[in-house]
Amino acid sequence: MRALIPRCWLLRERSVGKSCRTSIVLNHLYTRYSLATRGSGRGWLLVGFTVATFVGFLSSAPVAQAQDSTIRAVQNIFNPLSAPAETLYSVSILVMVVCAVIFLIVGGLLTYAIIRYRRRGPEDDHEEPPQVYGSAAIELAWTVPPILIVVMLVLVTARTIGEIEHHQMPAAAEEIRIIGHRFWWEVRYPKHDVVTANEIHVPLSSRTNRVPTEMVLESADVIHGFWVPQLNGKTMLVPNYRNTMWIEPYATGIYLGNCTVLCGQQHANMLIRVIVDTPDVYQKWLETQKAKPVSDPQTEEGRKQFVASSCGTCHTIQGTPGANGVFAPDLTHFASRATLGSGVAPNDEQNLRSWLKDPQTLKPGCLMPDMQLSDNQVNAILAYLRTLK
Amino acid sequence: MADPATLKEIGTELRPAPPGHEHGSLTAWIQDLIFTVDHKKLGFLYLGAGWMFFVLGGILALGIRTQIAVPNNHFMDAEAFNQAFTMHGTTMIFFFAMLMVFGLANYIVPLQIGARDMAFPRLNAFSFWATFFGGIFLFLSYIFGPGLYGMGAAPDASWFALAPLTSRAFSPGNNIDFWSLGLLVSGVGSITGGVNVMVTIFCYRTRGMTLYRMPLFTWLVLVTMFLVVMFMPPLSAAQIMLVLERFFGAKFFEAQAGGSPVLWQHFFWIFGHPEVYILVLPAFGVISEVVPVFSRKPIFGYPMMVAATVMIGFISAGVWAHHMFTIGMDSFSVTFFAFATFVIAIPTGIKIFNWLGTMFGGKIRFEIPMLFAIAFLFQFLIAGLTGIMLGCAPFDWQLNDSYFVIAHFHYVIVGGIVFGVFSGFYYWYPKATGRMLNKRLGLWNFWIFTIGFHLTFDPQHFLGILGMPRRIYTYQEGRGWEFFNMISTIGAFVQAVGAILFIVNMIYSARKGQVAGDDPWDAWTLEWMTSSPPPEYNFEQLPEVRSRRPLWDLKHPEDPDWKFE
Repeated sequence: MRALIPRCWLLRERSVGKSCRTSIVLNHLYTRYSLATRGSGRGWLLVGFTVATFVGFLSSAPVAQAQDSTIRAVQNIFNPLSAPAETLYSVSILVMVVCAVIFLIVGGLLTYAIIRYRRRGPEDDHEEPPQVYGSAAIELAWTVPPILIVVMLVLVTARTIGEIEHHQMPAAAEEIRIIGHRFWWEVRYPKHDVVTANEIHVPLSSRTNRVPTEMVLESADVIHGFWVPQLNGKTMLVPNYRNTMWIEPYATGIYLGNCTVLCGQQHANMLIRVIVDTPDVYQKWLETQKAKPVSDPQTEEGRKQFVASSCGTCHTIQGTPGANGVFAPDLTHFASRATLGSGVAPNDEQNLRSWLKDPQTLKPGCLMPDMQLSDNQVNAILAYLRTLK
Repeated sequence: MADPATLKEIGTELRPAPPGHEHGSLTAWIQDLIFTVDHKKLGFLYLGAGWMFFVLGGILALGIRTQIAVPNNHFMDAEAFNQAFTMHGTTMIFFFAMLMVFGLANYIVPLQIGARDMAFPRLNAFSFWATFFGGIFLFLSYIFGPGLYGMGAAPDASWFALAPLTSRAFSPGNNIDFWSLGLLVSGVGSITGGVNVMVTIFCYRTRGMTLYRMPLFTWLVLVTMFLVVMFMPPLSAAQIMLVLERFFGAKFFEAQAGGSPVLWQHFFWIFGHPEVYILVLPAFGVISEVVPVFSRKPIFGYPMMVAATVMIGFISAGVWAHHMFTIGMDSFSVTFFAFATFVIAIPTGIKIFNWLGTMFGGKIRFEIPMLFAIAFLFQFLIAGLTGIMLGCAPFDWQLNDSYFVIAHFHYVIVGGIVFGVFSGFYYWYPKATGRMLNKRLGLWNFWIFTIGFHLTFDPQHFLGILGMPRRIYTYQEGRGWEFFNMISTIGAFVQAVGAILFIVNMIYSARKGQVAGDDPWDAWTLEWMTSSPPPEYNFEQLPEVRSRRPLWDLKHPEDPDWKFE
């Protein structure tokens, strides 16, 4: 299995964003090998990697100031950018190689049999081929290799399952709660008292500063599935159950994902955006989310309309009396999000206007009804919402 | 043994001519089909109804593929799409593949074991009509589904109807009830049918046909029917619970009331995984008949083939939770079910090796049934290997509920079962109708369908690897899915052409096909001993069997099989 790992490095190096590629790859080499070499006397590797990592880290340090807006839309499971996804990837490659070898052998034998033992013209019909009924020896011989392969696969699988499910979280680990709703994601940061929706900010993890994120997954209604392939496999969000999953991303950027379990009409547009920030940027983001939005007298009318039109029955806006619903996404910092309706459209003025007029045009089947707002009301609420940075 | 004339009288007595019966009139023919208890006619009914549902399910599939051919498409809306894939899945599993299983079993098994009919002919008719009306009832949901609530029409909660999406709160209207009641009724038909076939095989074999001399198709059908009788009831029970929940306020699966949505998944997959083997074992049976006959050799390692089948039957009962690896099970359970799943690869591998061993040293005739059988072997090999990938739980955490799974199980169901069914049709059609299926049309059918199949389902593996989840009616540009989806949709239409050619061939050859004779393939099992099509009483004289290949013994008296068994 170890022999396969260098290929992962190559793949990763090609695909990681330019910003801090070197340090990411080297960091990862380091973590890989510090595990692999535990007690195996290959300490020089550690030293080498430490030096290299340090150099790599220096070269990438200045980039880590602003949010990385690379959108990682193509979520190839064979291009993992997070620790658990990486583990899944290496076991996947092993299983695929085993399967490919089996396919080549059996497929090759089949092809050989088809070509070699084909009927070669009418003269072949005069006599039947020798009638062979079987052979205990041969049959035993070809039963043993599958058994050995199965034993090997079971051991590898069991080990990987343990590695991921019994992973020890460092004390610094970030913790978030994700609650699936039809058809959006509620995101809570219990350590920081922050509530947001659909766009999940998590910190970047690196060797010097390991910050994995533990996610508690719950559901408010039906079963949903959380899947961002480059970060980890998927886990279902089951009502009445508390599932957990962890990620440890080592590349910044915006990762796209989907709900994977049919949850109703807008299952397809229950999109996920995970935004991986460097710890500095992440801290800054947390600060802005913790702050109450400043009420702007210019948009006071919109704020009144928001409450008067019953928006507050479902939506919460911190610091606005009458807007404390929990049925729909928290809008306290709505304008700081890049998308609307769980990723269905960019959060710009035009889309927001269309959404306020009738959410069913952008996301038919979503649970927000057409509130029958007049144009004046729409304008006022729109102006107000766009100040909620 | 009674003489043929007496037997003929007995045969006609069993089915009294309907009043006003005139030979050849359409009404009389329909009346005959409705009242028949003859296993061959019921076999035709099963197969005919199966192909009818296949066409319906196929049209839905084309709709699904058209909708997701390009990003942001508006061919169907979300609701229509959810209904389409729910109905497609339900139809193809319960009303196409199941009907093929029972149709082939009905038609072939009594002939292969030298029986005059099924053990319980009336029950047989009941099974068919229950299954058939279950399917019709399901499709009536398109008309009557809105019910009093004006919500929804056809069932739209996917073919495994995950709770709590099926509860009243999330599925108002009556569409889910059409799903559960329709399948409940057809499930009763399947269970009674299963009992019937089992009893027939155990009690109605001709003289000399010990279990150890039974043709492999019959053996595989026997194991299948055990699975039907054991694993349809959990589904029926779960559906009854669902009906109780929706109509009478029971709270089995509803999370808000303390029920457990996970319970539904356990019930469903305890049925759902053996169901895969219920469908695929008869296809294995067809291949186990076709490969030896067209390789001109007996099946390699018959006892191992039987043992492997029984093993598959047993193990299939203990792997269901591999459909639920992502539900948050503890790591011990995950490991156990991954282990059980891998173990099932061993008997399946043995079967593939034995088919291979049969072909080795043979003189393979590339008739159409054999072409389908060879394609089956390659495709089932790939399906099995992707199954191993999915069985590896950590890999499954990535692949579960993605298009990779879709590709995998369509490789099993289309690449395996449908190809097996095609093979079986080309093989037994001459027996059932007395005419050969047209070979030229057959070749077109084979190549177009095979190419279409690969165009449709090969790209879906890559879609899964690129993170496309199943059951989405739309997707945004730039996710890397456009190309593969387009190819897949083109493939679906190519496949449809292939399937149409098959149906055309069946209709065309029934009248214009070359006359087959009793034994066109120079085969060895009992069904080829009687005339084509067989008379109502099947055999003029019930044959006596001394080996697994009674016709070989007759054709080669100097070198009979029974000397070696």
